[in-house]
Amino acid sequence: MAERSFAKEVESLRLGAGELFEGEGILAVTKALLQSGVGYVGGYQGAPVSHLMDVLADATDIMGELGVHFESSANEATAAAMLAASVNYPIRGAVTWKSTVGTNVASDALSNLASAGVVGGALIVLGEDYGEGASIMQERTHAFAMKSQIWLLDPRPNLPCLVQAVEQGFELSEASNTPVMLMMRIRACHVVGRFRTKDNRRPPFTLRQAMDHPTRTFDRIILPPSTYAQERAKIEQRWPAAEKFIRERGMNEFFADGKADIGIVLQGGLYNTVLRTLERLGLADVFGESQIPLYVLNATYPLLGEEFVRFATGKRAILIVEEGQPEFIEQAASLFLRKADLQTRIVGKGPLPMAGEYTGAVLFAGLRQFLGEYGFLPEQAKPLLPATQLIRNVPLRPSGLCTGCPERPLFASMKLLARELGPMQVSADIGCHSFATLPPFDIGGSIMGYGLGAASGASFNIPNERRALSLMGDGGFWHNGLTSGIGNAVFNQHDGVTIIVDNGYSAATGGQYIPSSSAEVKNRHARNRIETAVRGVGVEWVRTIRTYDMRQAMSVLKEALQTRFVGPKIIIAEGECQLNRQRRIAPLLKKLVGQGKRVVRERFGVDADVCTGDHSCVRLSGCPSLTIKTHPDPLRRDPVAYVDNSCVGCGVCGEVAHAAVLCPSFYRADIIQNPSGWDRFVHALRMGIIRLLGGRAAPAPERL
Amino acid sequence: MTRPITLTVAALGGQGGGVVTDWLVLTARSADYLAQATSVPGVAQRTGATIYYLEFFPRSALRDGREPVMALMPSPGDVDIVVASELLEAGRAINRGLVTPERTTLIASTHRDYTIGEKSSLGDGRASETELLAGAASAAARLVTFDMAAVAERAGGRISAVIFGAIAGSGVLPWETRHFQAAIRESGVGVEASLLAFEAGRVAAAAAKAGTGVKPASTAGNTAFAVSARLADDLTARIAGEFPSPLHELLTRAVARLVDYQDARYAGLYLDRIADMLRREPRPNESTRLTEVVARSLALWMSFEDVMRVAQVKTRAGRFEQIRAEVRAAPTDLVRVNEFVKPQVEEICATLPAALGRRLLASPRASRFLSRFTSGRRVCTSSISGFLSLRVLASLRRLRRGTLRYVTENARIEQWLSQIRGLAGSDYALAVEVAECQNLVKGYGSTHERGWRSFGEICALAEGLVGSGRGAQQVRALREAALSDDSGAKLAAAIANLRLAGSA
Repeated sequence: MAERSFAKEVESLRLGAGELFEGEGILAVTKALLQSGVGYVGGYQGAPVSHLMDVLADATDIMGELGVHFESSANEATAAAMLAASVNYPIRGAVTWKSTVGTNVASDALSNLASAGVVGGALIVLGEDYGEGASIMQERTHAFAMKSQIWLLDPRPNLPCLVQAVEQGFELSEASNTPVMLMMRIRACHVVGRFRTKDNRRPPFTLRQAMDHPTRTFDRIILPPSTYAQERAKIEQRWPAAEKFIRERGMNEFFADGKADIGIVLQGGLYNTVLRTLERLGLADVFGESQIPLYVLNATYPLLGEEFVRFATGKRAILIVEEGQPEFIEQAASLFLRKADLQTRIVGKGPLPMAGEYTGAVLFAGLRQFLGEYGFLPEQAKPLLPATQLIRNVPLRPSGLCTGCPERPLFASMKLLARELGPMQVSADIGCHSFATLPPFDIGGSIMGYGLGAASGASFNIPNERRALSLMGDGGFWHNGLTSGIGNAVFNQHDGVTIIVDNGYSAATGGQYIPSSSAEVKNRHARNRIETAVRGVGVEWVRTIRTYDMRQAMSVLKEALQTRFVGPKIIIAEGECQLNRQRRIAPLLKKLVGQGKRVVRERFGVDADVCTGDHSCVRLSGCPSLTIKTHPDPLRRDPVAYVDNSCVGCGVCGEVAHAAVLCPSFYRADIIQNPSGWDRFVHALRMGIIRLLGGRAAPAPERL
Repeated sequence: MTRPITLTVAALGGQGGGVVTDWLVLTARSADYLAQATSVPGVAQRTGATIYYLEFFPRSALRDGREPVMALMPSPGDVDIVVASELLEAGRAINRGLVTPERTTLIASTHRDYTIGEKSSLGDGRASETELLAGAASAAARLVTFDMAAVAERAGGRISAVIFGAIAGSGVLPWETRHFQAAIRESGVGVEASLLAFEAGRVAAAAAKAGTGVKPASTAGNTAFAVSARLADDLTARIAGEFPSPLHELLTRAVARLVDYQDARYAGLYLDRIADMLRREPRPNESTRLTEVVARSLALWMSFEDVMRVAQVKTRAGRFEQIRAEVRAAPTDLVRVNEFVKPQVEEICATLPAALGRRLLASPRASRFLSRFTSGRRVCTSSISGFLSLRVLASLRRLRRGTLRYVTENARIEQWLSQIRGLAGSDYALAVEVAECQNLVKGYGSTHERGWRSFGEICALAEGLVGSGRGAQQVRALREAALSDDSGAKLAAAIANLRLAGSA
């Protein structure tokens, strides 16, 4: 089960013509796919489009009714390759992933798809993970569109525009025989709004028809001489066809043209921020009525030279608002205007920064400079508040492992082992375990991509006393790590150690199921064991550990690092994602307690009078529920460790106290709810005797 | 012209910022407002700082069916309401410029959820709450603050519902209470509990706004002080008779601690030592700063945490009740308590008579034998055998004065006191800093050893800094370096720097 259930929301996917849809942007896109008669859908989860995958998974029944095939792809390359169904058949297909990371993975298939061309509309919905809240390196999807000749849509971020972009995207794809990318920024994915729905459409041409009546054309195969013909077709037919469609359908929008002798060219996705900025500068009203001409690029690739020339003609200058680097649009605009011999000045990067998200503050500063320079701010607008640091010390709050996370004891074990054996060379990977690279663990020196943990340790393969370690998650393992990391290590006789963190889900992206999930998954075949797969590609040394058992973890790790066995050593570190576990068992336990059944709840605590406030425990755990508070004894000034009520009793505090020989401050309380008669009898007996034994014990000196 | 109302929620992953956002959208709808909400959850959901942003626009102000263009992110100078679910997040929003004195109402919870950096400090790494509150007061046009976590706790609900109530109670949104309540009902999950917590938050915010909010409980140090009745009369009389009154509270606490730890005679030894220190004060009528620092540090040091002390704390009368309250056991629940102990060879030897302990420690064979008993074990103090064994250990404290640990610590204390006494006349400020160094020695096992090593190095260096005028400052810097990482690297670097500066 994914982190968020959309079971309730997906009902809105059934809405018919003229009804009002209210909800998240990403859900609206799903509805738009169904309205467009999509035939098949795939993708790989990752913020900000994880919800799209979750919605689709929860909507499997609805899609089944419409005859739409959906699958959770193994990775983005798989998803992109799925679009091959639209190469030879007039079936609309859509796939989704996080960009640019997912686009990187999908690139091979995307290049081939773009070269072959499509007859059925092929739409790629991309969550552009750029700016605040992004979890990946900062790059633009734009470059992929340019290199492969895939069209790129960047619509205005409101629900009607997003829905329209999906519908037009399919049409554009079909009109130009080219796949189309629909790029959505993080906030647009999560924006809550409204639009009027249409009826869902069954795919007019079905997968069954295709399978029963297969067709093929050699022109579509990626082999010479077709590839040469395909390149020419891109330039001679598909590109012009796309330009024609974009122009004739008015996909790009002009506002307030003629109202001033300057103008602003902007990516559609930035429309709301630009308009708000103009409104704050007194040059637009709240309804978007601008006094400055705007040219809104809802399609950012291909760009239409004639539209640029038309917009620039008669203007002193145009400002190009283009987020990210390098400035592709600005470069193209310069070429268009130069070739048309127009002297309109092009302003862009300069007043606006080359790198980083175009936030309200950034656009406010940039637009003010541009508009001021051309005399459109009569009185100098109120200066922005200086970015004062009113408060000197506001510590960062990085993401971290959740309360009770099974990965915490693994990294604590590694940290403790490093104290004994010295620092280790560790290649990290992408997933929740990436947080091991942050305090308090500081484990891992590089992250090269999802599932590439073992691969990024491939160089460290020479005969040596000290072995290199690499980490990989179960998500990354199935994504590609089995071949790129483990298979590679077997084939090249890698002598290192790879730890595969098996928490049962693709946890970091929101707890989606993966092939080794231990649950019974509807419509999927799960419970495929990682150990079987690893042995299947030829690994001989495999150990499975329970992460919460730190003694075992440390001894197996040590064995792996010191054994005489030469070849890859794989440790599968098991422990169910606590977030998912709690979601699974908390309601169950609550129900049992409600029914009067005996339930034992465990949680940890700290004896404040034993804790001396050194916080070693925190430095070995970092659990959100293990925190600090002012020491109840005023003689002590340092805060005391304290376990708050979010503790789920995972046991790590006790394990760490033992393994690290920390201190005897911790206690574990077993809270027996609905105790049996025998429980009560034994308890009363014990407490009675203890009271006798402790009767003369002095109580704590009163807190004075 | 009507502008959208802009609202930002600054929360921590897992606090329910998304729930508050959903409720606000529903509230707006029932109050006939258009609402747009967005967020950047991403990996920040995993306990990181996360931001939600909403805009509202009254349908009554719509013109010819055209909808307003709403922004997707908060901009400095353009935010009407900032809601911070935690005090540091309020500080972060302020430093991002989102709270401006011209327009922003800041609704913030005053409770703290410490960051990993603050928690990991070897000492006290917490950000200053005073500074955060002062920053909030100077940045916001209107301020509504109270401890929302505590209110949620009392109301038995989640903090998200209290936050939602605080927004309603602050009166900054032009909607009625029933609109907010309708949203909770409409969302349909945990309605009753949420409504209760909502109401508690609403009332608290209204009170905070009106300036009648309950002041947070002041810290223990400031409360009116009553002399404990359990102190032996002669100790009380000594404190009153021999020491100036500003020291009375501190000494009474210390003496109570030491009587509990050992006995009245031991507390008497403590008072002797402090009285001696008081005599070294160069200007006892103006300041007894050195005596104060020594009094506090010595009380902690003299009650060092040995096996007997731990056993004593863990078998105190009233501890089970305290734990029951802390883990929120219901009256009908039973609670079993398990301790995690892992005695080390050194600790076992330290508990033995000094001569024997030393001999065993020196013998590898004996150490090997003893190491058989050092595996980690769990002792159930709520079982008879577990409790009894700890009680027996606790009662051994009568023999403490003969143990190796006591002899060692006592010698160290004497040495430390003698160094301070020596410095008191020649470099008073330096003496105070050396006294403060006791704070370096804490924890158990290797942590304790590391602290002791740092302490030793710094105290040894202190001798060479007498009279330089900067000795106190340098020792403080060294102490801070020792407390800034547990590998000792920062301290080593600081010492190397000091030596370099000294030789130049």
